[in-house]
Amino acid sequence: MTTSTPPVDRPRRARRGSVIGNAGLYIAVGIAALLFLLPFYLIVRNSLMQDPEITGENWKWFPSHIQWGNITEPFHDASVDFGRSLINSAIVAVLTTAGTLLVCSLAAYGLARIPYKHANKVFYAVLATLMVPTAVTFVPSFVLVSSLGWVDSYRGLIIPGLFSGFTCFLFRQYFLGFPKELEEAARVDGLGYWGAYWRVVVPNSLNFFTAMATITFISGWNSFLWPLVIGQDPSSWTVQVALSSYMTNQTVNYHLIFMATAISILPLVFVFLFLQRWLVQGIAQTGIKG
Amino acid sequence: MSTTTARDLTSPAPAKASQARPRRGLRGNATLNFWLFTGPFLIGLVIFVFVPIGWSLWLSFFDARFTVTPSNFIGFDNYKTVLSDPNFTGSLVTFTVFAAFIVPTTWALSLGLALLVHRLTFMRAFFRSVFFLPTACSYVAASLIWKMSIFNGVRFGLANTVLGWFGVDQVAWLADPSPPWYWLVIVTLRLWLQAGFYMILFLAALQNIPSELYEAAAIDGAKPGWQTFRYITLPQLRATSTAVILLLLVAAYQAFDEFFNLMGKATWGQPPLVILYKTAIGVNQDYGQGSAGAVILTLLICIVTLFQGKIMGFGRGEESK
Repeated sequence: MTTSTPPVDRPRRARRGSVIGNAGLYIAVGIAALLFLLPFYLIVRNSLMQDPEITGENWKWFPSHIQWGNITEPFHDASVDFGRSLINSAIVAVLTTAGTLLVCSLAAYGLARIPYKHANKVFYAVLATLMVPTAVTFVPSFVLVSSLGWVDSYRGLIIPGLFSGFTCFLFRQYFLGFPKELEEAARVDGLGYWGAYWRVVVPNSLNFFTAMATITFISGWNSFLWPLVIGQDPSSWTVQVALSSYMTNQTVNYHLIFMATAISILPLVFVFLFLQRWLVQGIAQTGIKG
Repeated sequence: MSTTTARDLTSPAPAKASQARPRRGLRGNATLNFWLFTGPFLIGLVIFVFVPIGWSLWLSFFDARFTVTPSNFIGFDNYKTVLSDPNFTGSLVTFTVFAAFIVPTTWALSLGLALLVHRLTFMRAFFRSVFFLPTACSYVAASLIWKMSIFNGVRFGLANTVLGWFGVDQVAWLADPSPPWYWLVIVTLRLWLQAGFYMILFLAALQNIPSELYEAAAIDGAKPGWQTFRYITLPQLRATSTAVILLLLVAAYQAFDEFFNLMGKATWGQPPLVILYKTAIGVNQDYGQGSAGAVILTLLICIVTLFQGKIMGFGRGEESK
C-alpha cells in the first residue's frame, strides 16, 4: 500500500494534458511568480535610484540612470554603523548555527537512541517547551540575561538561543528514522555511543545537518526581537536592528535604506540558491508531515 | 575516513549475528551516556527556558518596576492591571483578527501554489525556488519594502500608483485605523514571506500520495479536478494541513517584527508581543506587569494549541514512528 510509487503525474497529465490547459497553468504560475519577485525587484530598483526619482510623482519601473555609487553609501553613513552590524550578524548567525546544531543534535540522539528508563519523561519536558514559544518568554529571558550582565554582548545574543526545543524535536524525529543497522554494526566493531555518533551517524546524516544548518542560519540572521531587546548599545546591533533604526530616523534617505536592505538580504539569497536542494529535502523530512 | 568505515559496515548480517553481546556490554553505561548526550542541552534548557518561566511567574506577583529583585508582594494586582488595560486586551483582539485572516489565507495560498507547482512538467524547480525565495527575506526588510515602496500613504507608492491608473483615490494605508486598510498591508506581507515555506511541506505531502488512489478514483468515474481534489487529495493532506495550521497559529501569536516596524508609534494594530515589549523594555520597565502579561499569553497559547489539537486530532504520539 505505502510502497513508493512512480510519479503520479504522468497518466493524469496525459489524460487531461490539453495544450490550452497547460498554457493556462503556466500563465497562472507565471503571474504568481512575477508577484513574488516584485518586492525583490523594488529593492534593487530603489537602491540604485536617486531619491527624487523614487519619490517623484510619476512611477518609473526603471531608474533613468543607475547609481552604482549607492552601493558603498550605507558604509559611509554616520548615523548607523552598518558595517559593524553586518559583522555582528555574521558572528551571531554562524555561532548560533554551530552551537544549536551541536547541542540539539546530541540531545536528540540521546533521546532517540540511548535506552534510559526516564528518557520519555525528559522528552516530555522538552516537548513542553514547544508549547511556550520563545518569543513569549522574552521578558523573563531579558530579566535573566540582564542580571547575568550579558546585555550588549555576543554571549547574550547567542547563548540563550542555542537551546531550541523545536530543533531538538526535529533532530529526534530524524534520528528515529535513521537505519539502526548502521549503528549496531559500529557497536560490534567496539565503538561506544559517542564513537558511533561521530563516526557513523553524523557522516551519514550530512544532508539533514546541512538543511538544519541552513534553516538555523536563516532564522539567526533574520531574528529581530531578541537582538532588539539585547542590543541596547548601537555597537551591538545586528543588521536587522540597524535596518529597523533607519525606519525611525528623522531624515529618510530612501536609496540608502534600500541599498542597506539589499546588502542584508544578499548573503541569504546566496545561501538559499546554493543549498536549496538540501533545504527542501530537509524541510520535507523534518517529520512535520506527521 | 569515517565515511568509508560506515560504508564498510552497512551489511546487516554480522550485526544481527552478534547482537546480544555488545548490547549488553553497553547497557551498563547507557544512563551515563544518556546524560552525556542530553546533559548540555538540558542544562541550557533549564537555565534559559525553565528558570525564566519560573522567574516570570514569581515576578508577576510583585511590584517590579525597574527591578528584577522586588520585595513588594502585591498578589494578583499585576494581573488585574494588565487585564483591565485596554491596550493589552485590545492586543488580544488584534491577534484574533490577525489569526482569523492570516491562518486561512496562508493555508489556502501555500496549498494552491503547491498544487500548481506539482502539476508543472518543466521548469518546476525554477518556480518552486521563486515561491520559496521570500523565506530568505527578514520581516524587517519586508516591512521596509511594504511601508516605503508599496504601501506608502503618499503618491510614489506602488499600490497608490496602480490605484491611480484606475482613477481611485489614494489610500493612507497605515496612517488611518478606519477603514482598517493596514490589515491588507500586514496580511500580504506575511503571506509573501511564509507561503513558500508551507508550500514545500504541501509539495512533499502531495508527492507521497500513492497514484493508485487516483487511478482507482478514475475507474470509479470521479472527474479529475474538483472531485479528485475533494475526495482524495484533501483527505490525504489532512495530517500536513493540521501541522501547517498549528505552526501558523503559533507563528501568528509570535507576530512582532512586522507590526513593530510597520505600525511604528500608531496606537492601533498592536499585537500582544508589541504591548509586552513596550511594558517591560520600554520607558516604564515594569517587569511585574510584563511578566503577568507573558503568563496570560502563555496560558492562552497552551489552551488554543490543546484545543486545536483536540479538534484536529493532532497527537504528538502519532508522529514518533
